[in-house]
Amino acid sequence: MTIHTPTTEAQACAVVKSVVDSSTPLSIRGGGTRTGLGRPAQAASTISSAGLTGITLYEPAEMVIAARAGTPLALVQETLAERGQMLPFEPMDHRALFGSEGEPTIGAVAACNISGPRRINAGAARDSLIGIRLVNGRGEMIKSGGRVMKNVTGLDLVKLVSGSHGTLGFLTEVTFRVLPRPERLVTLQWSGLSDEQGVALLSKALGSPFEPMAAAHLPAGLAGDQARTLLRLENFSDSIEYRAAELSLLLGEFGVPDRLEGEMPSELWSLVRDAAFFAGTDEAVWRLSLAPTNGPKAIATIARGLPGARWFYDWGGGLVWLAVPPEDDAGAAAIRGALHRFGGHATLVRAPDAVRAAVDVFQPLAEPLMRVTVGIKKSFDPDGIFEPGRMYAGV
Amino acid sequence: MSAIAFPAPDAGILARRDEIIAGLSGLVAPNALITSDDERRPYETDALTAYRRMPLAVVLPSTTEEVAAVLRYCRAQGVPVVPRGSGTSLAGGAIPQEDAIVIGVSKMNRIIEIDYANRIAKVQAGVTNLAVTGAVSAEGFFYAPDPSSQLACSIGGNIGMNSGGAHCLKYGVTTNNVLGVKMVMLDGSVVEIGGSHLDSPGYDLLGLINGSEGQLGIITEATVRILRMAEGARPVLFGFPTSEQAGSAVAAIIGAGIIPVAMEFMDKPAIEICEAFAKAGYPMDVEALLIIEVEGSDEEMDAQLARIVAIAREHGVTTVKESKSAMEAAAIWKGRKSAFGATGRIADYICMDGTIPTGQLPYVLKRMDEIVKGYGLRVANVFHAGDGNLHPLILYNCNDPVEAQKAEDAGMDILKLCVEVGGCLTGEHGVGIEKRDLMTYQFNPEDLAQQMRVRAVFDERWLLNPAKVFPLEGRVAA
Ligand SMILES: Cc1cc2nc3c(=O)[nH]c(=O)nc-3n(C[C@H](O)[C@H](O)[C@H](O)COP(=O)(O)OP(=O)(O)OC[C@H]3O[C@@H](n4cnc5c(N)ncnc54)[C@H](O)[C@@H]3O)c2cc1C
Repeated sequence: MTIHTPTTEAQACAVVKSVVDSSTPLSIRGGGTRTGLGRPAQAASTISSAGLTGITLYEPAEMVIAARAGTPLALVQETLAERGQMLPFEPMDHRALFGSEGEPTIGAVAACNISGPRRINAGAARDSLIGIRLVNGRGEMIKSGGRVMKNVTGLDLVKLVSGSHGTLGFLTEVTFRVLPRPERLVTLQWSGLSDEQGVALLSKALGSPFEPMAAAHLPAGLAGDQARTLLRLENFSDSIEYRAAELSLLLGEFGVPDRLEGEMPSELWSLVRDAAFFAGTDEAVWRLSLAPTNGPKAIATIARGLPGARWFYDWGGGLVWLAVPPEDDAGAAAIRGALHRFGGHATLVRAPDAVRAAVDVFQPLAEPLMRVTVGIKKSFDPDGIFEPGRMYAGV
Repeated sequence: MSAIAFPAPDAGILARRDEIIAGLSGLVAPNALITSDDERRPYETDALTAYRRMPLAVVLPSTTEEVAAVLRYCRAQGVPVVPRGSGTSLAGGAIPQEDAIVIGVSKMNRIIEIDYANRIAKVQAGVTNLAVTGAVSAEGFFYAPDPSSQLACSIGGNIGMNSGGAHCLKYGVTTNNVLGVKMVMLDGSVVEIGGSHLDSPGYDLLGLINGSEGQLGIITEATVRILRMAEGARPVLFGFPTSEQAGSAVAAIIGAGIIPVAMEFMDKPAIEICEAFAKAGYPMDVEALLIIEVEGSDEEMDAQLARIVAIAREHGVTTVKESKSAMEAAAIWKGRKSAFGATGRIADYICMDGTIPTGQLPYVLKRMDEIVKGYGLRVANVFHAGDGNLHPLILYNCNDPVEAQKAEDAGMDILKLCVEVGGCLTGEHGVGIEKRDLMTYQFNPEDLAQQMRVRAVFDERWLLNPAKVFPLEGRVAA
């Protein structure tokens, strides 16, 4: 197996042109911590972003940072933290869930649209991604977007590439919009609520003027004996005090919340962000995105058919992380059947290779959209060089 | 003005007009088909009024099925289609061509569903932007993207242009606030993309459709996020002796970790024009004005303002004027949001929309002034200061063809300047016909060809809004 490690964009283009000539498919490697995402892809050779590193632009006053694709995410985050800023979307770290090692890269965050709990309020990675440079499957260097936040010049290929899992091209450089870090974080925690009550609380809070930045519900047994319903506030200290008090009052019907500050809640939120409650088990793990109030309803239906399932809710109930026995189709039929009724979509995030090859990892698309998907893939990568079959069999 | 070319109309289509109209009349309700000269005329242009073309016919469907039937027919007949919302595009995005059918969604103006617990509203594409907020405001909610044209412009058009507004510094633009669409493809198939949930599966087609300027399909419904209004909002006026000081104050506010909901900039000519129109109490003895809006409870607004005022003082602010009542606040925003209309009362104008890295502001303001003066014209500047989205209004007299050409040339020079300093041609108004021929200035041929191949996946024969966005020369198929 060949690993190509270009150190310039020109080299990256040359690598792609050479594999097109010899029709050898290419898988793309960043830090290798998220290779478990998508369907297991078969490729004879690999192109790595490890030779393309470094922050290329950082203008704190303009709230923008650009880095080559192989730059460690941690370096980006540290650089931002030094100037009191951060990536707005709190990207998930997949190492716990996959048991993978290595350093996550900023390129993969863009390519896989990796977000976390803040997504509910601050948008996904794709909402903050404002510019990309990528090598398409014809070996051409393509740019889209740029370094300014507001840009509607031409078709938004930035969004199209974000979440395409490498199937449209090899990213060489990405540019993100950033935000100031809040002065203070406070987490309010209610205990012992049912799923329905927990999500009702989160909905009420998210529909209030007090702007919780993250909203999760952990059923009993996941992080302690009692269910925990969590709201995270981020702001200037004086605002936090006020908002915490107002929220406690508004949500009085659900009981009196505990107030969590310091290290402990940030560890707890990391577990939520990384779905790390399911680390180290052999369970298959799904990610369901649906209308928040439908979360508990869908789960009630699914759990009846899949004994032993475990789950928790992020995004105010709209993101359900679900762990099920890995046997057979890993619950695909039951889960997608329930979503047929309750709306939304499900992605199989972790399962043995054989299962991920056999069931649809991403929600199957309606026929016209599948046709568009195949067409878009072809428009970037006519010879099917990049990550064949990563998202859909045969694409 | 006649600088921007349109494709030559297809003589075969023009010759078949009666036949095509007869074909369409079987597909939609009788009052949905507009063919007379008088009734077609309102559709011959949009807000880029210097250009106009009479369309072959106009169809105003009431249902998704009618849209599908018309698109299917037009595709079979090889007839171009120009999707239209309210026709407020400043870039000429909705201007038709002689051999095209306009499909307008204005009759599809129903709010379908409001779901407060999930904070979403499902609306038909012809609903106006302000009507969405209007439908949910009694419950304390609003739809965040707020283009100044919000009374008239439609959600379909907002998606078409990925429109922004004064408050998108905090809340994002259209693409950040749309969760799903129902769209009719050129072959008449109806697709649902996204829905009541976040992040649709597969490629981000929703992201692609936002800002696609009617080239990929016709949107008939949209599901949008609605947000709870802040407890209170207060716009405050900050007057500065120079634009540079205003610009550096903006950078310092952001540097201090404060993101106000809105930070709008006006230069002296814009202040004078808007004050004469809105009587908002803008200070007249300053060179640059920032309207900064803060939100929250009274105490929170006081605290945030105190921080902002302290920073503004370090940067030489000479006037700080808080709105003391809801009426004063409304007047402040009325002045800003009617900037284009107010300008239109004193002169003809073209409004540019480039974005620049905010650090380049002092240089760009100086250069713009030189450029416009070089053509012997005047410019008034209003813009979204937090994100560098400029709106220079170039004043001219449209009855003087020489001056009109100069205004257009000055505008193009300004857009090139925006690209040169690291920005882009358009921040929120779209490319339309207006900036189409400058696309090669921002993108190289490979970039554009990649976009065009994606476009061709939806429309291989270039029937959907074909005169827009991409230069007429060098177009590529799938
Ligand atoms: C006074 C004034 C102030 C303005 N202020 C702002 C501002 O602050 N911010 C801003 O961003 N813009 C602003 N605009 C520009 C304009 O209002 C926006 O671009 C708006 O979104 C256009 O909406 P519309 O319904 O009028 O669409 P149209 O002008 O009718 O169409 C716009 C584009 O969308 C396409 N389209 C329309 N409907 C559909 C549909 N249903 N399906 C597919 N494609 C469709 C059209 O083909 C066209 O390309 C302003 C315009 C004016 C005149």
